[in-house]
Parts: sequence; structure tokens; C-alpha cells
Amino acid sequence: MRPLTFTLRQRPPQRLDLSPLVPHLLAGKSAGEIERIELQTTRRRVDVGAVFRLKMGDPEQICIVGGSDRFDHAGQGMTGGKVFIDGDVGIQAGRLMTGGRLIVRGNAGPWAASGMTAGEIEISGAVGDRLGGPLAGEMRGMSGGIVVVRGRAGGRAGDRMRRGTIIIEGDAGPYAGSRMIAGTLIVLRKAGPLPGFLLKRGTIVLGGGCDALSPTFVDCGDHELIAIRLLATMVEPYSKPAALVLRRPLTRLAGDMAVLGKGEIFVGTRN
Amino acid sequence: MTFKGVRIDDTFAEAFGMRATALIITADTARWARQAAVTMTGFATSVIGCGCEAGIDRELTSRQTPDGRPGVRVLLFAVSTAELQKQLQTRVAQCVLTSPGSACYSGLEGEESLRLGNALRYFGDGWQISKRFGAKHFWRIPVMDGEFVCEAATGLTKKAVGGGNLLIIGRTARTTRAAAEVAAAAIAKVTDVIAPFPGGIVRSGSKVGSKYKGAPASTNDAYCPTLRGAVKTALDPDAGSVLEIVVDGLTSEAVASAMRAGIAAIIKLGPKRGATRISAGNYGGKLGPHHYHLRELLP
Repeated sequence: MRPLTFTLRQRPPQRLDLSPLVPHLLAGKSAGEIERIELQTTRRRVDVGAVFRLKMGDPEQICIVGGSDRFDHAGQGMTGGKVFIDGDVGIQAGRLMTGGRLIVRGNAGPWAASGMTAGEIEISGAVGDRLGGPLAGEMRGMSGGIVVVRGRAGGRAGDRMRRGTIIIEGDAGPYAGSRMIAGTLIVLRKAGPLPGFLLKRGTIVLGGGCDALSPTFVDCGDHELIAIRLLATMVEPYSKPAALVLRRPLTRLAGDMAVLGKGEIFVGTRN
Repeated sequence: MTFKGVRIDDTFAEAFGMRATALIITADTARWARQAAVTMTGFATSVIGCGCEAGIDRELTSRQTPDGRPGVRVLLFAVSTAELQKQLQTRVAQCVLTSPGSACYSGLEGEESLRLGNALRYFGDGWQISKRFGAKHFWRIPVMDGEFVCEAATGLTKKAVGGGNLLIIGRTARTTRAAAEVAAAAIAKVTDVIAPFPGGIVRSGSKVGSKYKGAPASTNDAYCPTLRGAVKTALDPDAGSVLEIVVDGLTSEAVASAMRAGIAAIIKLGPKRGATRISAGNYGGKLGPHHYHLRELLP
């Protein structure tokens, strides 16, 4: 069955909240009902019909043709199915996802994958700051699922992450994996300064090293660990370059000794 | 009935429901994977005296294991879930965790699960690391040669069957052993089954009870050739030796397949070089729910 397709008419006049456009909220709705869904984030009403041309199809597969950095909360709260966005999205894409697959063929703003507990997100471009991180006042960030970013990520990627896997195929900004509680963060190219800042537990892999490493990480030597080999096998379907990095000999650094110190950073090249 | 000179008794093997699990043990080399598996499945021939019955199901290539190293699949059978959990935990802790370069993974998707790494992780003394990827959960336990990686849990099946058996009867000890060896080799190729006795063969088949108080089982005197004439025997005048193969399987179908493969191998060897007769052990059909009639397992 063909997907339920939303085609962008023109750049939206204000930031929009796309969180209603997810499979479980659109199931069973008629074209008219969908076109009347409100997406505005200001007092001025904007509904689906004003922004998108709608083509009915299977609500388990949603396709949004044409993106905008004003598309906030895309795929938020997804429980299953697939959402494909051919273009950019704004803040908090895939936030609080508990299942399904979100694909963004473009860039995403800050807090993508924030608080997600399961499912898959693939972003072909770059992402903003705090990928998978918590919003202000929240105790933990991403706690499950897998996120693959083909481009670069902003600062504090994986902040307060509790579980799950993030793969960044480009560079990462400063403080990658800051305050991580657990989980796995893989950066294939270079990370900015102080990766793993206040890392409690969890694994960070830096394929291209980093600008500056905190002195509170201690060198545990070069190792070829079975767990990393296992991780390579598991990430291979999502990112072949990540699997290649994981299959090289890596140096293990334990830390952050400024806090619990039970986390680890693996670096492909010595800094 | 007689097939190519080998007499097949019109009887059946009586088997019992058991709890079972499977593990995949890997190591840097096939030799060390096998070593860990052999050590773990030692002293596991019978639930009567060993707590469980265990054995190697098959060897795995590096393409068939989760971590891309050579491995071995091991099956464990016990009469209760609690005993199986105890045996699994103790044997993995003492025999696999201790073996150089080993790792241990679930080898069965069961309706329920048994604690594996979840029970062993405390050996890490706080330095153990939990890793989840999708539905998979592993524990990394630091050890002196690096890390012991162990999956958190493994599957449990309550549909397993223990006690499928063949009684192999021949003129001499040598020919009977030859027949038992070809049968054991054929059974080893069947997946999801083990023959837990030494080399897959048992020479001390037992009957229920004893003249001595407290002994739950004693020698199967009806099949002891040296007692022919002294007791009510089940042996022909020309029978000089009897060996048994006991088969445990994850499913009833697997046990039947293994018995079928064993019978076919014995018949192929023929009565001159092997066995003259095949029979099976049962308790009159009143104890075990699984009955494997030999006539239905002929090649």
C-alpha cells in the first residue's frame, strides 16, 4: 500500500508542531479530519491543509515531502510504523519515541531523539546540539533505541544518555557524551574538546580522536575486546563505517574519574 | 522383524519430559571453545547422580556465532527449572568463565528464560559493565585475560525430552561397540539432541529399584550377559554384549530423528561387523509420556 503523503505547499509562516503527524495518531482518520489537525505554535491557527497537500495512503507509512527548519517535534512520541521526511526538520525530532522508524533526509535541529526509549532514527544531514539529551529539568536523556547521524552533530551529543546507541558518522561538537549514565556513543570523525565530561558509565568510541581529553580519564592500554567486536556486528546493519572503526585496535581510557569513573572512551588513535 | 540381518524388537523407548536450555560458547580458537564446552559438560551423564544431563550439540563456525569466533553449542537438561538454573549457573561460572578467551551466549529462544550473565555478573565486584543493543543484553566482566562477555539470560524450554534410548545387542563386546560407535556418530550429526554418556554410549543400563534399601536404580540384570541363566534374561543365547545409547532432545521430534539415525547406522553396518539386534528400554509405558516405537523409526 502506498504511504500517506504530505507535500509541502510553501515555507510555513511560523514554527509548526508536527507531533500529531505520527502513525498511531493518524490511524483511522479521514482526509478531512487530517487536514483539520492544528499544527500552530502561536495564537495564529495553521492546520495541515494549509501547509500540506494531502494524498491518502497507509498511515503506518507517512511521507512528508519538503522539509523546513520550522518543522518541530517531527515524529515525536512515535510508537511504531515509519515516518519519512524528505527535507530538514527543526527541534526535538523523534523526541520520546517508543518505537518505529524516523528517517530525515536533511538536517535536524537541537534535542533530536531526546528522551527516546526505543525505535530507530536516521538523519542524513547534520544535527544540532544535545542529540539525545534531556530538556531542562529532566534527569535523563535518551534511554533506548538507535540513532544514526550521517553528518556532524553539535555540542553535548548524548548528554545524560541512559541507554541505547548513537552513531555520528561526521564530527561531534564539544562535550560529546557529557554526563552519560550508560549507553553507547560512537563518533567516527573528530570530537570537540572534553568528550565524556562527567561520564559516569557508558561507552564512547572516538574513531578520529578529539581536540582535548580531560585529564580525569586514565589510560588502560590497547585492547581488542570481544564486547567491541560484538558491538561492531550489531552496528554493521546501521553503519558500515562504524563497524570498520570498531574492528580496529582501540585504546581504552577509563573515567571520568571526577565522578563515578566507570565509563570508558575508546580512541582509534592516541591523542 | 529383521533388516539386513539385524533383528529389530517390536518394542518402544519410553522417555520423559524435561526442562532444557542451550548455550553458545566461543573462544579465540575452536580448540579452546571445545575445551570450555567439554569441561562444562563433564560429570553430566544422568540426572540421577549429576543433577543434569549435558553435552555438545554441535560445533559452530565463526560465521554462526554472535562474536564471529569459533564456537560450540551445548545443551543442558534437568528435571526442574530450579535445578537447571543451579546447574547452568555453577557450570558456566566454574568451567566457562574460567576458560581462556571464552564468551558465552544464549543458544535458545525459549518461552521463558534462565539467568546467565545476570547471575554471574557479581564476579565483577562492581566493575562489570552492562551493554544492551536492541533486545540483546550482555554483561562484560573484567577478568585477568581481558573481559568475559556473557549474555544476560538464555532461553528455557519445557518441551524437552530425556531418555530416548536404543539397546544395541551383539555377539561380542568388539562388534557391539562398533555398532554403538556408528550409531553415536550418526546421532551426533542430528541437531538439538545430545547423547550425554561417555562418547554417547552407556554400558551400565539400569532398572528402577534395588534389593538394597535407598538405591533408586541398579544394574539392568535382564540385559547382563554374564547373568544369563541366573536371572530372567532378555537376551538370546548368542548375545555376548549389550550397549545403550540414551538421547535427550529439545523436542520430541529431535529425539525421534536421532533414534532413526542411530538405527539406520547400525543396520548399515550389518550383523557381522556390528549388532545382531536392536531393542529399547521402557517401563511398560506407564511412567513416561513419550513412546518411540522402533518399528516407526526404521529407515
